[in-house]
Amino acid sequence: MDDFYRDYILDHYRNPRNFGHLDAPTASAEDLNPLCGDQIRMELQIDDGGIVRAVRFSGNGCAISLASASMLTESISGMPLEDVAKLSKDVVLENVGIGISPTRMKCAMLGLRVLKSAAIGELAGWPDEE
Amino acid sequence: MLRPSEMQKALRVRDDFPIFTRPTARGKRLVYLDSAATSQKPLCVIETLDEYYREYNANIHRGVYEIAARATAAFEEARAKVARFVGADPGEIVWTRNTTEAINLIAYAWGNTNVRAGDAILLTELEHHSNLVPWQLLAQRTGAVLRFIPVDKNGTLVLDDLDRLLDGCRLLSIAHVSNTLGTISPLETIVPRARAAGATIVVDGAQSAPHLPVDVKALDADFYAFSAHKMLGPTGIGALYGKRALLESMPPFLSGGDMIRAVEYDRATFNDPPWKFEAGTSNIADAIAFGTAVDYLTELGPAWVREHERAITAYALERLAALEPRGLHVYGPKDPAKTGGVLSFNLADVHAHDVASILDTEGVCIRAGHHCTMPLMRKMGWHSTARASFYVYNAEEDVDALVTALEKAAHIFKV
Ligand SMILES: Cc1ncc(COP(=O)(O)O)c(C=O)c1O
Repeated sequence: MDDFYRDYILDHYRNPRNFGHLDAPTASAEDLNPLCGDQIRMELQIDDGGIVRAVRFSGNGCAISLASASMLTESISGMPLEDVAKLSKDVVLENVGIGISPTRMKCAMLGLRVLKSAAIGELAGWPDEE
Repeated sequence: MLRPSEMQKALRVRDDFPIFTRPTARGKRLVYLDSAATSQKPLCVIETLDEYYREYNANIHRGVYEIAARATAAFEEARAKVARFVGADPGEIVWTRNTTEAINLIAYAWGNTNVRAGDAILLTELEHHSNLVPWQLLAQRTGAVLRFIPVDKNGTLVLDDLDRLLDGCRLLSIAHVSNTLGTISPLETIVPRARAAGATIVVDGAQSAPHLPVDVKALDADFYAFSAHKMLGPTGIGALYGKRALLESMPPFLSGGDMIRAVEYDRATFNDPPWKFEAGTSNIADAIAFGTAVDYLTELGPAWVREHERAITAYALERLAALEPRGLHVYGPKDPAKTGGVLSFNLADVHAHDVASILDTEGVCIRAGHHCTMPLMRKMGWHSTARASFYVYNAEEDVDALVTALEKAAHIFKV
């Protein structure tokens, strides 16, 4: 676990990419990890062709959850929403590039869970939470 | 520094706990600093469980055969031990699963019949969810309103407005010791004023029964709730002290077997307290082992326990102060005379969960998060804190291990 905190993880933790809010998101979702109170919100801008044009995330959490979410936002830019909805946890595991202990897996997957629920909700036409 | 004889006693105490003979998966010594969540168990408690199941496992109260009689006697003897430990009579101790269930018992059995629309229920801002949510639901059921004694930024209760808060107050329910900040509530000031205002008084003793000498009569509590698992006993058993007259006046909580006197098809009469509140087969083995745990604590002496934790907390504050330049910040009153053995802290901008993960690699077990006090965290403006808590088996070397592991975390996070 101590190997986990590589420089690029700390960098994403302290300087998260795509952090903040979109003016008029097409889709959004938010969730928290009730265990630790970590909270993440994802906002997506989708174009008419169903492609992710912009993504922003916000919230607070540990290095694992924030860095994973930050790296995830970089991975999905330009991706069809359909693919975002089908992302598996491998994308997170590849991004972080180092083993995550079972106790922290929930933290690592929080951003992905929120992102997928935004994407799936949008595709299924759920009413936006706003 | 602690007196050498004190530390030696703590190290001797540690030998009574089998878990400390096992290294962690990484081959480290287990440094257990999470006793506020649950304590470790001494061998005598583990052996009591084993003995019950091997030698006299039987249901209680109805059996006529020898092992049933032995089980019943041991079960009721444990009740007497636990009662004595907090200065109560055995008939005033109801077995519950834990503190949470004890508080729910009060909220339903007493609250439903005694709290009316417009009554005030007074809590504090530092309550554990277990001493908050049951009252929220009671307020919803009855139309009562919740009020809160505020905490200041040091985690100390602010009593300036107490008289106004107590006006029209039907019930005061208050933690004796905060599980998040260690704050010891000044019950000697609050309880007499609540009494004068006519409030019924509930004390959440989850963090005091294990750590302080407690006498429910001296506290003048109407109810006092506590959990065995935080005081060297097993999980799944706790106790509710209630003044006899109150227990007698209350309707049952759960109903069914064991809590009845006579049953007809359309009605039943109930047993006397405390059995009236113990529906169904009790947690016999764990109740008996709870008795062994309080025997063990009695032998150590609650005054020694308190003094030991005070000394180790003072030592920890002293050692942690050296990490202040690296961004370590300790929350709470920071006065070992006013706190239990609980320290909440954060290390610079490192999230408490990351601190806990790194400490874990060194065998140091602490808790990170909101400690079941989400409203307090929000009020204080903390997303999460790391919490180290001490108990009878902790010694200076555990604090030293904590500090070394925190230095490692500071190094990894470059703070
Ligand atoms: C102050 C306080 N109250 C209540 C509880 C709830 O105890 P239990 O989970 O044993 O019911 C705890 C346990 O964390 C506590 O610290």
